[in-house]
Amino acid sequence: MPILWLILLVLALGLIGFVLGRSRALSNAGGDIRQLHSLPSYYGSNVLLATLIPGLAVLLLWLIAQPMVIHGQISSMIPESAYTDAGSLNLVMSDVKRVAEGLDIAVQEGALSVEQARDIRTEFTDIRARLGEVGVALGSNVEAYVLKAAQRYRVMNAVGHWIMTGAVLAAALAGFAYALMRTNKDYRARNQVEKVLLGLLIGAASLAVLTTVGIVLSLIFNTIEFFKLYPAMDFFFGTTWSPSFGGGSELGILPLFWGTFYVSLIALVVAVPIGLFAAVYLSEYAGPKVRAIAKPLLEVLAGIPTIVYGLFALLTVGPLLMNVFGEDGGLGWMQGGRSVMTAGLVMGVMLIPFVSSLSDDIINAVPQAMRDGSLGLGATKSETVKQVVLPAALPGIVGAILLAASRAIGETMIVVLGAGAAARLSMNPFEAMTTVTTRIVSQLTGDADFASAEALVAFALGMTLFVITLGLNILALVIVRKYREQYD
Amino acid sequence: MNDMRIVKRDVDMNDTKISAKGVQVFYGDTHAIKDVDVEIKDKTVTAFIGPSGCGKSTFLRCLNRMNDTIDICRVEGNILLDGEDIYDKRVDPVQLRAKVGMVFQRPNPFPKSIYDNIAYGPRIHGLAKNKADLDEIVEKALRRGAIWDEVKDRLDAPGTGLSGGQQQRLCIARAVATEPEVLLMDEPCSALDPIATLQVEELIDELRENFSVVIVTHSMQQAARVSQKTAFFHLGNLVEYGDTEQIFTNPQDERTESYITGRIG
Ligand SMILES: Nc1ncnc2c1ncn2[C@@H]1O[C@H](COP(=O)(O)OP(=O)(O)OP(=O)(O)O)[C@@H](O)[C@H]1O
Ligand SMILES: [Mg+2]
Repeated sequence: MPILWLILLVLALGLIGFVLGRSRALSNAGGDIRQLHSLPSYYGSNVLLATLIPGLAVLLLWLIAQPMVIHGQISSMIPESAYTDAGSLNLVMSDVKRVAEGLDIAVQEGALSVEQARDIRTEFTDIRARLGEVGVALGSNVEAYVLKAAQRYRVMNAVGHWIMTGAVLAAALAGFAYALMRTNKDYRARNQVEKVLLGLLIGAASLAVLTTVGIVLSLIFNTIEFFKLYPAMDFFFGTTWSPSFGGGSELGILPLFWGTFYVSLIALVVAVPIGLFAAVYLSEYAGPKVRAIAKPLLEVLAGIPTIVYGLFALLTVGPLLMNVFGEDGGLGWMQGGRSVMTAGLVMGVMLIPFVSSLSDDIINAVPQAMRDGSLGLGATKSETVKQVVLPAALPGIVGAILLAASRAIGETMIVVLGAGAAARLSMNPFEAMTTVTTRIVSQLTGDADFASAEALVAFALGMTLFVITLGLNILALVIVRKYREQYD
Repeated sequence: MNDMRIVKRDVDMNDTKISAKGVQVFYGDTHAIKDVDVEIKDKTVTAFIGPSGCGKSTFLRCLNRMNDTIDICRVEGNILLDGEDIYDKRVDPVQLRAKVGMVFQRPNPFPKSIYDNIAYGPRIHGLAKNKADLDEIVEKALRRGAIWDEVKDRLDAPGTGLSGGQQQRLCIARAVATEPEVLLMDEPCSALDPIATLQVEELIDELRENFSVVIVTHSMQQAARVSQKTAFFHLGNLVEYGDTEQIFTNPQDERTESYITGRIG
């Protein structure tokens, strides 16, 4: 039975459970809802949940476990002479799966009968040719043990599938029966349903947290690996970045860090004042009509993919800056279109809507009574904004700026296209520099050996970035939270 | 109503400070104030009374154009301050509000220190020549707001950290500090204990020597105690307006009578 059907069946069972549970509770109370501990629909939901959760849980676990078990069984069938290490065993296993799939397709298309597929032998049939006819191309001729393993694989899969169907239905039915049996007018169905919902919510929350923990752990392990190969002191305090996969590379983070910092700084210098002024205009001065048009328009900017900004930097802003600050403009400060300034300006533009929409929300959260108080004392609008609204919103705005900063630090595409690839410690904003994020990309793309210091350094860089942005985010959250307490 | 001490004061019927004619206020389609005429005298305390939602606050806010800040609010009619139409295009609402101060129905201290809350108005209008001057203004205002003793040791603490009643007095002190010619007070004693209420009432009496005060109150006793003129609002209409003594002892309209004797509310 296809899995979709199985799921539908369990759902149908759950719905039947809902109806039965509801009517059972009602009839138990003699049709008087006030006799029931909970509203009738809670009894129904209780049976519904008791059916769905065990059924679907068994299904999920089975789907995860079955391939692992079968994989273990089949791989023990492969003669040891056929592989040398775990890697080549995996290659053989993928051959097996491919042949098994091929047989499935052949049976489906009618090229082979079910019995043929089960009993076919390499000695008598050219498997590769037969499968080729139905469109399954195999790289080499099929070895006898591969075919046998593949046939076994098919059998085990089929059997496993039937057992799974049985197990899922049994679990669903058991839950169904148990919940239905316990349904009577005094049963606390409402509390039970609440509990289950609580469990679901906790499950969702912990999944999110666990994923984060997993990511962090993988970063940490790889970073530790890296520091085994490369001294931490040289990494954190080295002023040269020149990786070479031949060996003898210098992997100092400082030039990258400086690039990140410089680009972000320019971006914030652009984005913070403009974004803030825009927010003040929109929330304090703009009429409802202007606001209704301008605010969504500004937020569209936030939806533009960063690669588009990158192109804008490369093709428009870079040449423009060259005209003014480059050789042509007579200043000669700029050697090429890619520079810290190019990337910083464009990133600033990208951050404007981010800063303005966050600040706008925060400014709007300042109670109108505060403004009335100030206006009522004969203050002008701008005095009110400057002396009452902004100070009241300041902590929140600082939080918004820190969030913007952590976005700037993590930004990649604009920097790749706008700032160049040269790691450099320089004060000149018109020179090309590179940042931590772009180096992570370049260290991991290509044919690098993942066990080398040159590749692993990406994790150390990522970890450093992660710690910095995490710190900024926490700081921002603390500040924003503190600000919230003032009005609640 | 037997315990009402109606103090008979000689109301020197001097000039009109604010004169409102045919005032209508709409919130969108809601007609909140219907054709109200009122003459508010100088150096007089005028009380606005009436059941909740009858438009007392709305009318009060018209007098210093605070309704301008509400998008959907529309005001029609004439309101003259010292003979000048305050809704005239040439009038700067900012200057108007410096002259006509307001204490709001709900206390709204700024999230600043107590000192800065009071000093806000004087600073904006440049009332203090130097720091010592400003200190003096702040102290005087806090004393008049009957809150000086409670806060004199913590002028640097945030105004938002005070209790509801303290905040209310802080806002009164803040409004007084700018020395307005007219002070509009929207239920200034709603969160105050009897002693603080008495002190605020004394302040109002004191202010009357130089300014005119308009006070919205739900307490008949308070209206009777502090005001010389009383206006009774009902469902957006000004039902009756006259000397306080006359309103409370000999109301002309039966709605007024029912309200002050507690039959409608
Ligand atoms: N901002 C507003 N938007 C829409 N309607 C409003 C607004 N403010 C007041 N109103 C309406 O105007 C009418 C008068 O309200 P107002 O606040 O003036 O009453 P009030 O007499 O001050 O009442 P209370 O004694 O409860 O303070 C009410 O019906 C109210 O619903
Ligand atoms: Mg009111």
